[in-house]
Amino acid sequence: MDTLLSLANGFSVAFEPSKLLFCLIGVFLGTAVGVLPGIGPALTVALLLPVTFKLDPAGSLIMFAGIYYGGMYGGSTTAILLNAPGESASLATALEGSKMAKAGRGGPALATAAIGSFVAGLIATIGLAFLAPWLVELAVKFGPWDYFALMIVAFVTVSATFGDSPLRGLTSLFLGMLLGLIGIDKLTGQARLTFGVPELLNGVEVTTLAVGLFAVGEALYVASKRWREPEEIIPIKGSLWMNKQDWKRSWAPWLRGTAFGFPIGALPAGGAEVPTFLSYSTEKKLCKYPEEFGKGAIEGVAGPEAANNASAAGTLVPLLTLGLPTSATAAIMLAGFQQYGLNPGPLLFAEKPDLVWGLIASLFVANVMLVILNLPLIGLWVRLLAIPQPWLYAGILVFATMGTLAVNPSPVELGMLFGFGYLGYLMRRYDYPVAPMVVGLILGPMAEAQLRRALQISLGDPMILLENPISATLLGIAFIALVAPFVMKGLNKFKAAED
Amino acid sequence: MLMSFFKRGAVAAVALAGLTTAAFAQMELKIMAPAAPGGGWDGTARSMQQALTAAGIAKSVQVTNVTGAGGTIGLAQLIGAKGDGHQLMVNGFVMVGAILLNKSPVNLTQTTPIARLTAEALVIVVPTDSPIKNAKDLADRVKADPAKVTWAGGSAGGADHILAALFAEAAGGDPKKINYIPFSGGGEALAAMLGGRVTAGISGYGEFEGQIKAGKLRVVGVSASKRLENAPDAPTLKEGGVNLELLNWRSVVAPPGLSDAQKKDLSGAVEKMVKSKEWAEILKARGWDDAYLASAEFDAFLKNETTRVEKVMKDVGLVK
Repeated sequence: MDTLLSLANGFSVAFEPSKLLFCLIGVFLGTAVGVLPGIGPALTVALLLPVTFKLDPAGSLIMFAGIYYGGMYGGSTTAILLNAPGESASLATALEGSKMAKAGRGGPALATAAIGSFVAGLIATIGLAFLAPWLVELAVKFGPWDYFALMIVAFVTVSATFGDSPLRGLTSLFLGMLLGLIGIDKLTGQARLTFGVPELLNGVEVTTLAVGLFAVGEALYVASKRWREPEEIIPIKGSLWMNKQDWKRSWAPWLRGTAFGFPIGALPAGGAEVPTFLSYSTEKKLCKYPEEFGKGAIEGVAGPEAANNASAAGTLVPLLTLGLPTSATAAIMLAGFQQYGLNPGPLLFAEKPDLVWGLIASLFVANVMLVILNLPLIGLWVRLLAIPQPWLYAGILVFATMGTLAVNPSPVELGMLFGFGYLGYLMRRYDYPVAPMVVGLILGPMAEAQLRRALQISLGDPMILLENPISATLLGIAFIALVAPFVMKGLNKFKAAED
Repeated sequence: MLMSFFKRGAVAAVALAGLTTAAFAQMELKIMAPAAPGGGWDGTARSMQQALTAAGIAKSVQVTNVTGAGGTIGLAQLIGAKGDGHQLMVNGFVMVGAILLNKSPVNLTQTTPIARLTAEALVIVVPTDSPIKNAKDLADRVKADPAKVTWAGGSAGGADHILAALFAEAAGGDPKKINYIPFSGGGEALAAMLGGRVTAGISGYGEFEGQIKAGKLRVVGVSASKRLENAPDAPTLKEGGVNLELLNWRSVVAPPGLSDAQKKDLSGAVEKMVKSKEWAEILKARGWDDAYLASAEFDAFLKNETTRVEKVMKDVGLVK
């Protein structure tokens, strides 16, 4: 009851006209920077920090939260329409979303992404309001061994992105993990595979690889076969809006995506990527039309999009309750709190209830504003696809180049982008899936660092992975997920032989 | 897409609106933060921007971020801008280590030191239910077997890591054997501390403050020469019998090859900024300690710290 009362108080703060205005500015900016690859919510909030120094703390924090939520909404747009995931969290969205867009179903894809984000944001914000203190107790219990086990589960599920040939899928995955070794080793500080190039010390940027493989690779591939077998893009087929069937196929993935995104987002090292992969492969397994996966299944957009938005709300759990920033944007928001002399943590809820609950309440408001802002834009966005192909792909190349340079203005980075682009072309040409490579780059280094941390803490004893209930359970799940298909196949063969 | 360009312009316009308050200022400055937005260097650069413009010392200040390799990529760019009297770069203690660790072809002696600005003491903490009560208990453990004491802190070769190594040395243990576990950012390290999985944690006081006040973490020692103003109950390491001091300082440097006049202009502007009430307000709000050292003193200090860090990194085996 206390929570409800505090939340009601929070709403009275959030509905003050000035707060509503801050919230509106926030979601507007957030959507805009989410659409642009390169400029993310983190950079935007950093730019605004000095400007907001003199403003009212609650108002500016509400604006920052609006930017954060808005950025998560906007990220799906380029992933779906241009097959150019601007951030790693919308990678899974691009897989099915871009296929839908090419088949003239960009409207429903964007709609399910927007409404899924809304539903997930709403549920996750409720979770933030009611479960935060309890969830955070659980989250800090997550040790490096548990993270490692979670990564193993994610690795097993990557096979969902392999397409027809496991061998080609694994090749792509291992290439990604190889790229993940480049750079300064997090645990010893030593450089690996950098060949004396200082730009490589920080490792390969996930967005550079993703934009290179997906957007640039695709543009080259389309250009290469333009005269032989031109691919047809249908801007709009059928309704711009989701039909009854789309709704029916979307609601369950939204909820499941939220269930992955929120708790994993609340983990201090959980992130937004792992839940999107888990959601994608779960939807592929559960879908009634598995043959549509890889050709544009709406479940593959609905689930991951809900997951990445829910994880954004999840990140706020450790930020508000412990003062732990777990994403770049959260880290800058923490700086925002500190600039007003506020220290997020166990005491903040008691000391500044108006501010905390006002912020949580305005997250609800931001969510509603975002869906109202985004749905009418869909009609505008899909018209992008009506642009003649050569122009569209030339535009994508310019866009991808600028985005990469905006993040990191260096010739080496640009070289990598086009190197990966060419690799992406070759992989398409010889029918290797590109997604596992990006997944390998994301998960490989995380899994490595967590495993080594776990072993350092246990003083080298590997049993630590099985002694802890959470990691043991997760490893068990991974094992079952890995062997179950083979066992089933064997049983079927056995049955067939008996007949 | 046109729409988004427009919006991007709007972001910039909002950001710029805050910067043009001073009408009669002379200087146009570029301050580089050699790290991504959001970190300490970026925060320092943006705070300088705010103070310099609000106090009317500079007409406009532009902050740029050059990420990578512990700031050494930014450093290389700065050194490339030889003779440019309108550029500054924020740096600090961590860069001294990063230069050695990354075998960077450029180093801080090639820059023009302008000033040391702020300093933050580090704290060593243990979970409240730990049997370790004070610095001496921890020192005894480290002396007995440094490999069995697990430390959680920030990146390898950073200030936290160096403090752990210095602590082992001061306690009479072999710094090469310390079991230091680097976490990405204080956040994850804090979670490891709260979960009670590591023996001790190291970070800036601010990062642990909430948990210390909430009674979940206990301060074993502060790495400053005297107790912190905002934490008068926390003893220093020296009080606990471990003779050790280390400050995580931040500073600004300028490109090499400046004329005396250029150098004087830049140091003058920074000195004016440090003495402004705007800067004092920022320091207070952010919880940073003023540690101003003017150009010449900073130069000497920098040389000292470089020698010290180099020795530690060799002792720990980070640099051969």
